[in-house]
Amino acid sequence: MDQIRHKVAIVGAAETDDLGQLPHMSRLALHAQAAKNALDDAGMSLADVDGLLCAGAIPNEVAEYLGIQPRYIDGTSVGGCSFMIHVRHAVAAIMAGYCDVALITHGESGRSGVDAPRGGSASSPGGQYEAPFAIGGAPTTFSIPVLRHFHEYGTTKEHLAHIAAATRAWANLNPMAMMGSHRRAPERGGGPITPQDVLNSRMICYPFNLLDCCVVADGGGALVLVSEERAKDFAKDPVYVLGAGEAAAHWMVSQMRDHTTADGYRIAGEAAYKSAGLGPQDIDHCMFYDAFTFTPLMAAEDLGFVPKGEGGPFFAETKTGPDGEVIYKSGPGGDFPMNTNGGGLSYCHTGMYGMFAIVESVRQLRGECGDRQVPDVNVSMAHGPGGMFASAGTIILSNA
Amino acid sequence: MADYAGRLPVATPESQPYWDGLKEHKLMLPTCDDCGPHFYPRPFCPMPKCFNWDIKWTQASGKGKVHTFVISHQPIPPYNTEDNAPPYVIAVIELEEGPRMMSNLIIDDPYSTTVDMDVEIVFDDVTDEVTLPKFKPA
Ligand SMILES: [Zn+2]
Repeated sequence: MDQIRHKVAIVGAAETDDLGQLPHMSRLALHAQAAKNALDDAGMSLADVDGLLCAGAIPNEVAEYLGIQPRYIDGTSVGGCSFMIHVRHAVAAIMAGYCDVALITHGESGRSGVDAPRGGSASSPGGQYEAPFAIGGAPTTFSIPVLRHFHEYGTTKEHLAHIAAATRAWANLNPMAMMGSHRRAPERGGGPITPQDVLNSRMICYPFNLLDCCVVADGGGALVLVSEERAKDFAKDPVYVLGAGEAAAHWMVSQMRDHTTADGYRIAGEAAYKSAGLGPQDIDHCMFYDAFTFTPLMAAEDLGFVPKGEGGPFFAETKTGPDGEVIYKSGPGGDFPMNTNGGGLSYCHTGMYGMFAIVESVRQLRGECGDRQVPDVNVSMAHGPGGMFASAGTIILSNA
Repeated sequence: MADYAGRLPVATPESQPYWDGLKEHKLMLPTCDDCGPHFYPRPFCPMPKCFNWDIKWTQASGKGKVHTFVISHQPIPPYNTEDNAPPYVIAVIELEEGPRMMSNLIIDDPYSTTVDMDVEIVFDDVTDEVTLPKFKPA
């Protein structure tokens, strides 16, 4: 058993006041508002913070904007899983005494583009060897591994469509979810969807239809972490970090070693399980980053919840509820509760969604989730990729 | 050709021989005597146990297979005109020599593309300066 288990806890977790279309807020203002909300959630002030970790911004940018001078900084910015990696780094920093109160921030004007840096150098490897082939962002690159998986294992678009339908069912129970029934009318695409609706939606980049793709939003989120001893003094119950892992597997998706296996998921997952002293059978609730329907399927396989290649049939399994309704495997009432906030697919996706996955893990472990609360959640896993399966971060959290 | 709308690569000193080769309609791969060719071009052998900096350029056959692919329906330049409209195929090609590279597959019906289909290189002189390596069914 690794020495990080149960040494550091998350004591504050929150999103920005709103998510979706926020053209009145810049990238850094989103960082700051999320920080305020997470510190409020913890009952702390900015003056308590002496460690700052962020992605999509240089730590100095955020520190200056907030008006603090942290003595520990980490600007690991490797895409959506950066925040799982920040949690891991914050645990190490607090244990080493590099800081006492770590603040992790995310803010991204992913939809409105207010101070949203775009594009890379035409001389970078991506600029020379991928961009010239009319690559157009994540739908044309995160999709690259999928048909190889279909070819090797018989996975189908119907299988993937079940993940979208299940995730939407969670969104319908979350008042903050952009595509859920609370916030979006059926005539504008909100509310329940069926797998057939996914297959019937507009083709974006085969094999992904529109409803296989995440929403595009502005928003932010933040976390506050302190040592286990200090965590007992807070009004809300602490959420302990039991285990964590990270990896960098490749950068360009064309260079992925095996397009049917995310090496980074395996490396990060093994480290997280080892440090927690747990295995997949011990996890009650999963937040698996879903930029697209295929993304969490890969996680379920590479993190050992289902054998390689069997993710499709696993997620497509349904049962009938007491009122004749369809219960999806990963949806409300299903055997594998996953992405219970409504996911990147139906809740919010700013570009680096991982922060929101962690916030939902914390809320489920605290029992704060109202209609969407999963019963008996004691151990939750938040996991994500950065880039196109390029990096990975995995954390295992517990309320005990 | 001067008004080519797609994104163009800019070579680095290390990749210049690769782009110069394409301009002469040759697919040149950086090659280690012990480990063989690699992609994308680096001035050393990217096998961690080798890391040899004695690299030679060798010409690839231009034959390969579609390792995996997608069919983009997005109007991304240069696929944003009436004559050159989506859908189009973005594919990872596995070269006969082993390395894999991103490219476009030039094919009449994108939906007739299959994983593992045989392909061969097409040199697309998109500007006077830049030739892109694309592929067509063999
Ligand atoms: Zn070598």
